[in-house]
Amino acid sequence: MTLRNIFGKRSSSAVARERLQLILAHERAETGRPDLVITLREEILEVIAKHVSVERDKVKITLDRGEGVSTLGVDIELPLSSAKKLTAEKEKKAA
Amino acid sequence: MAKVLVVTSGKGGVGKTTTTAALGAALAQGGSSVCVVDFDVGLRNLDLIMGAERRVVYDLINVVNGDAKLPQALIKDKRLDTLHLLPASQTRDKDALTDEGVSRVMDELREKFDWVICDSPAGIERGAQLAMRHADVAVVVTNPEVSSVRDSDRIIGLLDSKTVRAEKGETVDKHLILTRYDPARADRGDMLKTEDVLEILSIPLLAIIPESQEVLKASNVGCPVTLNNPLCAPARAYADAARRLKGETVPMAMPTERKSFLDKIFMRRAA
Repeated sequence: MTLRNIFGKRSSSAVARERLQLILAHERAETGRPDLVITLREEILEVIAKHVSVERDKVKITLDRGEGVSTLGVDIELPLSSAKKLTAEKEKKAA
Repeated sequence: MAKVLVVTSGKGGVGKTTTTAALGAALAQGGSSVCVVDFDVGLRNLDLIMGAERRVVYDLINVVNGDAKLPQALIKDKRLDTLHLLPASQTRDKDALTDEGVSRVMDELREKFDWVICDSPAGIERGAQLAMRHADVAVVVTNPEVSSVRDSDRIIGLLDSKTVRAEKGETVDKHLILTRYDPARADRGDMLKTEDVLEILSIPLLAIIPESQEVLKASNVGCPVTLNNPLCAPARAYADAARRLKGETVPMAMPTERKSFLDKIFMRRAA
């Protein structure tokens, strides 16, 4: 126990411990499926590519491993032309 | 009944080779016949730590390929009659080791010795997996530091899946040796505590090796730390670890350097 602890500042070892517990919980769950994010990204892109032309380098994939839950973010830039194509297709179907 | 022990860690530089030499010498001093085997093909160092670098003629790969017989390649320690070294090759790469060849050599070593201690290369690739493949017992060497703990967790996963024992549905007996531990820094909250590492990795503790200048001094002169200065803190911790491996119950004490009164006055900041 040091003065720093009394004043409520967490020690670096406490931070280390929590970071490790979190990342290892995720890594242990992912054993056998380390490529989950890659699989998800490819399949999501395939579905979208059916409807719009997607530029590969305009796709941003983010992953946040949180406590108990992870969030996968897929950010795809849809060019105006393909958006138009999509509306046109929809209208055609509706007609 | 011979036991094959692998000293492994995932991360490099945490003290695998130091631990292999220290445990090998301590077990041999206790009367067992011991062979330490360097699996770090291409980057051998166990010969240097054991002080046998000038006597290497044949190596593990020569034996695996049948270019030399095992007794020709074994180097007998000059200090302890019951301690032997099987060095790694310095020139060839790890692909030269075949599964069948390693398997045959390990069988032969089991017949000759009470303990076969395999010093694993760093990493989780083929070299590390070959070193652990035939192990009955594993010593996971970890520093109280985040990257080392994470890598140890990966290695524990491999011990549970990529070993002969795991494939037969049995388990490898796993132990943790925490190296470079500084109780004062852990108390201040600047270093992961033993309990933290044990809770995260959930394998039993075999020893805590305190950070000490004695480890470098021993490697400088090419002598296992347990023989170079048997009374120093790391040597006593390794000697206790060796007794625990043999099944003895030894209370876990935090070994500290024995300092004289004058040392305490003039060397307050000595590590």
